[in-house]
Amino acid sequence: MSNQSSEIQFINRQSFIELGARERAIALLDAGTARELVGPFDRVESPWLQMQSVTPQADDGCVVMKGKIGGKAAVVIALEGAFQGGSMGEVSGEKMTAALDLACADNENGIETSAVILLETGGVRLQEANLGLAAIAEIMASILALRKHAPVICLTAGTVGCFGGMALAAGLASYVVMTREARLGMNGPEVIEQENGVDEFDSSDRALIWAIHGGEQRYATDLADALVDDDTEQIADAIRRFVAKGVPPVHRSSRVELYRNRVEALDTSRQWDPKELRTLWTANGSEGEQR
Amino acid sequence: MSEYTGVRGTVWFRAFTGHASPMPGDPKSVLTADAPLGNDHARFLCVVPDSHARFPCARHGEVGLEEAYTLATRVREVIEHDKNAVKRPIVAIVDVKSQAYGRREETAAIFLAAAAAADAYGSARLAGHPVVSLVVGQALSGAFLTHGYQANRILAFDDEGVMIHAMHKEAAARITLRSVAELEKLAREITPMSYNIRDYAKLGLLHKLLHVENPERPSQQEIRNVRAELVAAIVDARSSPVDLRNRLESTGAREMRKASILVRAKLEAQWLEK
Repeated sequence: MSNQSSEIQFINRQSFIELGARERAIALLDAGTARELVGPFDRVESPWLQMQSVTPQADDGCVVMKGKIGGKAAVVIALEGAFQGGSMGEVSGEKMTAALDLACADNENGIETSAVILLETGGVRLQEANLGLAAIAEIMASILALRKHAPVICLTAGTVGCFGGMALAAGLASYVVMTREARLGMNGPEVIEQENGVDEFDSSDRALIWAIHGGEQRYATDLADALVDDDTEQIADAIRRFVAKGVPPVHRSSRVELYRNRVEALDTSRQWDPKELRTLWTANGSEGEQR
Repeated sequence: MSEYTGVRGTVWFRAFTGHASPMPGDPKSVLTADAPLGNDHARFLCVVPDSHARFPCARHGEVGLEEAYTLATRVREVIEHDKNAVKRPIVAIVDVKSQAYGRREETAAIFLAAAAAADAYGSARLAGHPVVSLVVGQALSGAFLTHGYQANRILAFDDEGVMIHAMHKEAAARITLRSVAELEKLAREITPMSYNIRDYAKLGLLHKLLHVENPERPSQQEIRNVRAELVAAIVDARSSPVDLRNRLESTGAREMRKASILVRAKLEAQWLEK
């Protein structure tokens, strides 16, 4: 591609990160096919927030949109990072689990249906604590059941990123797509600093945070399948590619021996420069080709 | 909260298997053994503290990278072994205070390690293995997602030292800008926030609460009783679907998870509309 055309592409690109959950979901589905299920007019809100003086939202921060991707049936489930940090509550969690289960049932009845999950979340919503944690366990179970039949693609675009229990859900995905603005990890820097001190993790060290959790690092260390720009068309294109690709022969989270050996080979007597891992954990090269 | 010692996991693992040692080549923090249970030979797994663990942030009973990948390995071993045979029960003895909070863990993707363990347990369940979790102590947050929460059936002791929760009190108080006392008061009023196992039981996620006078020193009779409950849970799991629908169809869920049931009903109805 010439410099000039890439400049034009840059100027013309539409940011995906700036879109809300609903617009994101629509942008990933084939034009004119998106249909929202249990939308804001159904007003199924969290029953637990009002009693804690938190204003609920009519969609509980989770948008379920059914439609087609590349001509094939698909459901997009998008978390709204702007509502309670994208946290998982009873309602948002059940929306995701039920949508995954319905997609699974369609597959079992011969209608191939993929799922795309847009993760902008810090994990469990603390006001709904145990129901949030239970919801994540059930989401994980439903991903495991669905991914036997059709790909489950997790996209983290930013800027909230994907943390806590939902990072485990991303770990179960058939494919993980990230931008450079996205972060993916189990424990955020603030939590680590609180639990184990500033020497373990200085949560004010922005460069360190991105070096560890950032999309570029996760892609370079074989933990994400595609690294995309904050460009709606490019992201939609990547999702279409993975839907078309179908179920990978082996899922990343089932390659236990490979990752166990990688961890075993690490020198734990010191902290590492995250860049070291880029040579130790060689990337897939091209999008899950080796799986 | 008393200093976490990880005594309970070891006590119950030994009660069922007769010893408490890791399998050859495994880290000391993961106990795995096969032992008779009812008419089966079940696989038992438990995470225990190892003060000399290789990873410094995983020396007090946390579930870290090595623990998660070891669990995944030992569960997958059983799936592979029983591929064309009777699917043996898998029993997770749960006494885990947290996942490992460390920079090394994040760099080396503990999220994937935890997912790999959950994948193994969930895949075992989907393959037809009855997977039962017995919560004898703490079952917190990501540690429980990694070790125990994918089970067909969850049993727990009705005991003050048993806690299933998304976040330990001190951290939850800090994050919600409350004192621990305020948090505890609020948690008593809002069932899903409660730290009490009896309140957790109301959510309908547990198969059963079991009573043991002192879970750190069970009598032989109590061990026999708990063993019988494990066998009963296995029978129940074998005669039920391999998914987790029982958690939402329980009596407790009909009362406490009304919103979940409503969401599912609406989504099912709208899914089919054109």
